[in-house]
Amino acid sequence: MTSIGTRDGLIVQLDMQYKKQHHENFSLRVALTLPGSGITGILGPSGSGKTTLLRCIAGLEQPHDGLVMVNGQRWQDKDNVVPTHDRPLGYVFQEASLFPHLSAKGNLEFALKRATSSAASIAYDKVLEVMGIERLLGRYPTELSGGERQRVAIARALLIQPQLLLMDEPLSSLDDARKHEILPYLEDIRQSFDIPILYVSHSMEEIARLADYVVVMENGQAIAQGPLNEVFTRMDLPLAMDDQTGVVWQGEIIEHDSTWQLARIRCAGGELWIRDGGDRIGDRVRVRVLAKDVSLSLGCHTDSSILNRVAVTVSQLGPDQDSAMQLVKLKAAEDYIIARLTRRSVAHLKLEPGLNLWAQIKSVAIVQ
Amino acid sequence: MLSETDLGAIWLTLRLATTVTLLLLLIGTPIAWWLARTHSWLKGPVSAIVALPLVLPPTVLGFYLLIAMGPQGMIGQLTQELGLGLLPFTFWGLVVASVFYSMPFVVQPIQNAMENLGNRPLEVAATLRAGPWDRFFTVVIPITKPGFVTASILGFAHTVGEFGVVLMIGGNIPGQTRVVSVQIYDHVEALEYTQAHTLAATMVIFSFAVLLAMYVFQRNKPVWGIK
Repeated sequence: MTSIGTRDGLIVQLDMQYKKQHHENFSLRVALTLPGSGITGILGPSGSGKTTLLRCIAGLEQPHDGLVMVNGQRWQDKDNVVPTHDRPLGYVFQEASLFPHLSAKGNLEFALKRATSSAASIAYDKVLEVMGIERLLGRYPTELSGGERQRVAIARALLIQPQLLLMDEPLSSLDDARKHEILPYLEDIRQSFDIPILYVSHSMEEIARLADYVVVMENGQAIAQGPLNEVFTRMDLPLAMDDQTGVVWQGEIIEHDSTWQLARIRCAGGELWIRDGGDRIGDRVRVRVLAKDVSLSLGCHTDSSILNRVAVTVSQLGPDQDSAMQLVKLKAAEDYIIARLTRRSVAHLKLEPGLNLWAQIKSVAIVQ
Repeated sequence: MLSETDLGAIWLTLRLATTVTLLLLLIGTPIAWWLARTHSWLKGPVSAIVALPLVLPPTVLGFYLLIAMGPQGMIGQLTQELGLGLLPFTFWGLVVASVFYSMPFVVQPIQNAMENLGNRPLEVAATLRAGPWDRFFTVVIPITKPGFVTASILGFAHTVGEFGVVLMIGGNIPGQTRVVSVQIYDHVEALEYTQAHTLAATMVIFSFAVLLAMYVFQRNKPVWGIK
């Protein structure tokens, strides 16, 4: 195996077909080239083949005619299959997968002993600190909560010094409170360690928070892929029908308003006021605007309680899951935003592509 | 209390049971692993063969082993080729017979533990760079340890308690094949009820202690995964 040294050159290339034994009507067929940095979200309903895709990349399932190339290394082609234990990857499973006969520390040491030492760029102390598990080391898996177990499992996957980290719905076995406990740790991983991550999830919310790039899976096929907002603003995908449909904007803090505890951020799509979360000027934040929280008006009404108003141009109209509603894709400066409106409003405002108007944003959720 | 010959019989029994248990752990572990993991059609037939001693009268097993280990038998011809002579009526003859006789008691607990283990821990270990042997010794064996403990105890105890197979294969040679169960039989034949009592009571206490230890141990068995 040879490896490419430059980060920009790193990519994950897949071309595989897979048919599950005893499952007549499931097959996976994908051909993807994914970025070799940041978090790539693999989004899709259960049964769409997300997990199978990840298992094929890890070598836990064997696709026929599979090509798996990571960072210039051939993990699988038609002549050769590198066994899982020889692939420089880390894997976080859905449910707690700590070895029950080892303490948290023993589980981490299992990885340390077998880590690729030449590639050691992830420091033990840093992993403990980022995952917040210093105090848990002496405990056994049965003495840890679900969230704590998953944090130790993630730390263990990092300590193997992976060149690619695969995460299979790492939050799905946790309740909402635990999910929100772990999400910040996942965000920290992206900022602290320079590893490409493939993150499988059925939750748009998780993907919106974490991913830079998205692949949408359906019936064993990748039906869309691209940068997060590009995919999230496509009206032809089943995602658009989701209650949680909306856009993610990334911005930089440019102003604080200490009187009202607000901060102003500049995004590609315009400037927004958000709750001041204590970030400094220049810090990057990621916000999510759900389609149901966007309303449109022909004029700029400053006499309303709505704080954020952005000049937009209608770009596209699309159907909604609810026949009384319609989705409207709007261009805002360099980015897009989506609004969910009643058909009656669409008719009343005579919306059609090219029309200029104002989007009023009822709520902006800071996701990072 | 216990006579010289009684003590000799006890010593021989312990030696036999220890040898058989160790051999069975060596032979039984790969069989159990294969049975726990395979999807081959051979799984059924092999399981049935391993389990045969559970249902067959010991005399049947002993009879066929006697023939197999005899001068015309397969095992007998092999041992003669190897210059080991013939096994019937020797200590090693008893060992071979006992390995067959106690096989299910060792294979089944290990196999159950390995089946309960499932695939996940092995997959996890593989993603942590552990190769097949590494996975077996650092993940499978430690997690299935309770199965091995049960298997050792049952294999040992069952070998201590055998009688029919010993009579068929080993006869009654002091220091060679006269184990405790045969010794008790001898005492009773000779109407030495006091000696029979002492030895029999020792066996009862021993067996009870062993089984008690096993059940106490099993209560603390750790479980894989979520509590």
